[in-house]
Amino acid sequence: MPPADAIQSSPLVALRGVGKDFANGTRALAGLDLEVRPGEFVALLGPSGCGKSTALRIIAGLSDPTEGAVEWSPSATPLQNANRIGFVFQEPTLMPWTSVYDNVALPLALKGAPGPAKERIEAALDRVGLGAFRAAYPRELSGGMKMRVSIARALVTEPQLLLMDEPFAALDEITRFKLNGDLLQMWQALRTTVVFVTHSVFESVYLSSRVVVMAARPGRVSTELAVDAPYPRGRTFRTSAEYAALCRRASDALAITMATGGAP
Amino acid sequence: MNAGVAAIERRDRFLRIALPIVVLALGLAVWELVVRIEDIPPYVLPAPAVILQTLVADWALLSQSLLVTLTTTFEGFLLAAAGGVGLAVLFNQWRFLEYSLYPYAVILQVTPIVAVAPLLLIYLPQHAAVLACAWIVAFFPVLANTTLGLHSVDRNLGDLFSLYGASRGQVLWRLKLPSALPYILGGLRIAGGLSLIGAVVAEIAAGSAGAGSGLAYRIAESGYRLNIPRMFAALLLLSLAGIVIFYLLSLVNYLALRRWHESALGAER
Repeated sequence: MPPADAIQSSPLVALRGVGKDFANGTRALAGLDLEVRPGEFVALLGPSGCGKSTALRIIAGLSDPTEGAVEWSPSATPLQNANRIGFVFQEPTLMPWTSVYDNVALPLALKGAPGPAKERIEAALDRVGLGAFRAAYPRELSGGMKMRVSIARALVTEPQLLLMDEPFAALDEITRFKLNGDLLQMWQALRTTVVFVTHSVFESVYLSSRVVVMAARPGRVSTELAVDAPYPRGRTFRTSAEYAALCRRASDALAITMATGGAP
Repeated sequence: MNAGVAAIERRDRFLRIALPIVVLALGLAVWELVVRIEDIPPYVLPAPAVILQTLVADWALLSQSLLVTLTTTFEGFLLAAAGGVGLAVLFNQWRFLEYSLYPYAVILQVTPIVAVAPLLLIYLPQHAAVLACAWIVAFFPVLANTTLGLHSVDRNLGDLFSLYGASRGQVLWRLKLPSALPYILGGLRIAGGLSLIGAVVAEIAAGSAGAGSGLAYRIAESGYRLNIPRMFAALLLLSLAGIVIFYLLSLVNYLALRRWHESALGAER
């Protein structure tokens, strides 16, 4: 459970009036305001094409906003440090030509990070339960295990902010539920901040402390929903009436957003 | 059911090896028979047995020539590999260099080497000219394939590298070159055969006898002397050299890629 004062504290990163036009004329985002506070687990929920991924890429600095600004808290780790941001893509995005260990080691290798890299890499692998697979190559792993490697790589720097772009969308439901639970455990253990993009109402409610519903064309925030259920959340939460009620509210919010085109 | 599938696969594999051998044996038998029945003189068409005898009898001469041609081929191949990969990397790092030079690489490739070889022999010493021919023919597939490979990087992986602030050198060494490796090896497999062709073309164009004369020169020379069995024997050696080069490079390809690339994966699942 994130400490209550963390929720009230100033945002770790904020998008202020962010707009994004692509060269082909598509307006992906317009007037997007989003604050992410330290320790939060924020889910960005919306239909495909609503600019969720674009927003995530802008936070990561992989894409520049056409208008508006991304403001980082003065207390945030400097940009040059490898441990400001971890990113998990929709696909595992592993280097097929090298081992699981070297894949997880990549962020440290690129940054020339100080300290005992070996222990950190092994800790990251143990964290996702793949300690025994360090010498395996990505193609020898299942889809769920590849995604675990991808998560281990994102967490090996113990980043302040973890950005995840529909990471479990391609996995089967059993694997997805397992990874949802494991992700929550890692989030609590590392006390990091997560922004999680998804188009699944159930996933967003299960994972997050706050669901941000986005409208499409152009992408912007339509409404927000606090998920007050305490962590740790287990299987009992997934089958509880409280969870069902929250899912209904999120689903209704999404339906209204879709019906009205998300106009405020 | 499963055992049946395995049996069919085993038979398929057996036939894949056995059938070409049967065709070869039949062809050679017919050839031998026709030459004997029709009593064709060896300077018109030598029988396979005569060619084999010639190969053994002339081995000292032919093996020396084989060594000369193989050395040229190998040197040309190495230069083509280094030149092709090196140019592709330079083009990839400096786009203006690519704009400036790529058209000329294409011109080198599309101009028939047989027509270029005599000119090269005028301006270069013979060994250098032969080497230049082998290089000109062989470097382009390496360049083209490597260029393609360097541009085939997974975009998300590229994003990941920039997220962690990778330098240009790191992106090249840790991302682009490994991504391009299957393409590079594909280009090298083509270049191996082509550098043999380039060496042969240049040797034939060179024509004059030298201290170290290659197999192609032996073929031309034997032709003038109507020593047809030796022509066939030299040709046989050239073919064998080409086959060995191809399979050696295929082996390198397999060893380098077997753990990760689809092209080198076995049929087992």
